[in-house]
Amino acid sequence: MHSEKASVWLKAAAWGGLVFLHFPIFIIALYAFNTEESAFSFPPPGLTTKWFAVAFSRNDVLESIGLSLQIACMATLLALLLGTLAAAALYRRNFFGRDSITLMMILPIALPGIITGLALLSAFKALDIQPGIMTIVIGHATFCVVIVYNNVVARFRRTSHSLIEASMDLGADGWQTFRYIILPNLGTAMLAGGMLAFALSFDELIVTTFTAGHEKPLPIWLLNQLTRPRDVPVTNVVALMVMLVTMIPVLLAYLLTRGGEDVAGSGK
Amino acid sequence: MTTAVEFSSVSRRFGEVKAVDQVSLKIAEGEFFSMLGPSGSGKTTCLRLIAGFEQPSDGYIIIHGRDATGLPPYQRNVNTVFQDYALFPHMNVLDNIAYGLMVKGVAKKERLTRAAEALDMVALGEYGSRKPAQLSGGQRQRIALARALVNRPKVLLLDEPLGALDLKLREQMQSELKSLQRQLGITFIFVTHDQTEALSMSDRVAVFNNGRIEQMDSPRNLYNRPATAFVAEFVGTSNVLSGSLTEQLNLSGKSFALRPEYITLNSSDEQQDIRLQGRVCDVQYQGANTRYEIELPGGARVNASEANSILSQADAPRAGDSVTVSWHSDAMIELQAQAGER
Repeated sequence: MHSEKASVWLKAAAWGGLVFLHFPIFIIALYAFNTEESAFSFPPPGLTTKWFAVAFSRNDVLESIGLSLQIACMATLLALLLGTLAAAALYRRNFFGRDSITLMMILPIALPGIITGLALLSAFKALDIQPGIMTIVIGHATFCVVIVYNNVVARFRRTSHSLIEASMDLGADGWQTFRYIILPNLGTAMLAGGMLAFALSFDELIVTTFTAGHEKPLPIWLLNQLTRPRDVPVTNVVALMVMLVTMIPVLLAYLLTRGGEDVAGSGK
Repeated sequence: MTTAVEFSSVSRRFGEVKAVDQVSLKIAEGEFFSMLGPSGSGKTTCLRLIAGFEQPSDGYIIIHGRDATGLPPYQRNVNTVFQDYALFPHMNVLDNIAYGLMVKGVAKKERLTRAAEALDMVALGEYGSRKPAQLSGGQRQRIALARALVNRPKVLLLDEPLGALDLKLREQMQSELKSLQRQLGITFIFVTHDQTEALSMSDRVAVFNNGRIEQMDSPRNLYNRPATAFVAEFVGTSNVLSGSLTEQLNLSGKSFALRPEYITLNSSDEQQDIRLQGRVCDVQYQGANTRYEIELPGGARVNASEANSILSQADAPRAGDSVTVSWHSDAMIELQAQAGER
């Protein structure tokens, strides 16, 4: 039987899958409001918002959040710059080794984080660089660049090259063409790529562990919390914050890049 | 009359491929000039050389008395209507048209006034605030035209601008383009692979083949006096007579073009001084006329085309019939073996 409506079982399976994926998040959100300090009895005996106040008055929490935001911003900016330039260089010109370079660009996202982390750590050791904020930023940039590159190169490919020629033909020099034609067409792709990169950087644990040295960005702070449980609901509050900070950019990125399936400027 | 665009033995090579090979031409100011040829013949590359999207590998290009070789597109007083229109998708129609004026630093008020005038000129006055995606193909075509013309270029380049339109719209745009060109007095350089389009609109046509110009002439001369077999067959249809057939006619060693409509079947007209017996192989009814494929003694085949009339329908030859084919010897045009010998 073929029908437009999905069968009851399919619907149930789909909802089941969604619940399976999102139930843990719901639990974390719920226990962020738990009145108990260190036990996880279900259902929680009472709900309170006092942990939010506690979390935001603790200096180690605020410092970790600040550090992670700082790292994510720097890694995103670096990725935007390098990713966009790489996309501009690689999307069209056909030169010897282009495919290899493209593969090398994309590879970091396929590599397990532990490999990237180890490789970076030994590289920093070999070059005698002290781990710190900059090494974390560089570590995060390895995969953030790929995210921006992928978004921007896709947009480049969807943008008809004759738009650039048309702009030059109408009297715009290279800078004006970039300013009025290329940038507005790439803008949302760069923003979306940047937001995804930001979200990835903000909660990246593995690469951070290898490159952080004595710094304590948020993911490392969270991990430490789990081994020394003190004010468990505070951990949940912070986890909830991380989730919001990463989910909002991802959602916005999705909204910015959906639709517009046509190649820009070539519709007839 | 001054020269708008001059090519002096211009070549453009892409690696080993000669896209444009030693082309020389002069296009007069105010002329409607067409570049006609099959795809890959070099006509579009020539247009891109004028626009400045390509630079010649050899030779030089002069636009309105100024050496344009090496100049980037934005330093040339020419504008292009692109095959895919290339309207900026993030701008509305009015901003698209005003773009050229904006980058040249024309004040906002003046450029919007001029853009609105250009929009009126293409009869789309009320569409200024739409985005290109909200327009039909024909409307985008007009916007692209207005966007180019608002800059008052000395030369307008059109790269197969009608290719994406349906037949009715195409014919309408052809006559609109032609009257616009007459009214503005701008030099139009029009690239097309459609010979009807080239013949009906142009003052002169250059026929391209393999990166070279086979022939450059008025549409009438191009059709009536094709210089080479390529032109004879590409512009309209032609029989190219050569080999054993020309030997039978004591014209050995040369080839000739003969238009199908100049061949008559079973005619008693004494002025048709060449007469041969043949057999009808195939008959194609085409409405206004009928096309006959006729095998001549010796195996050569020719196409003949006769206008249909009410009276001639009944005794029209059928496939297999023997017929007398005849034509006037003046209708045969001697062809050169290659371009550029004339």
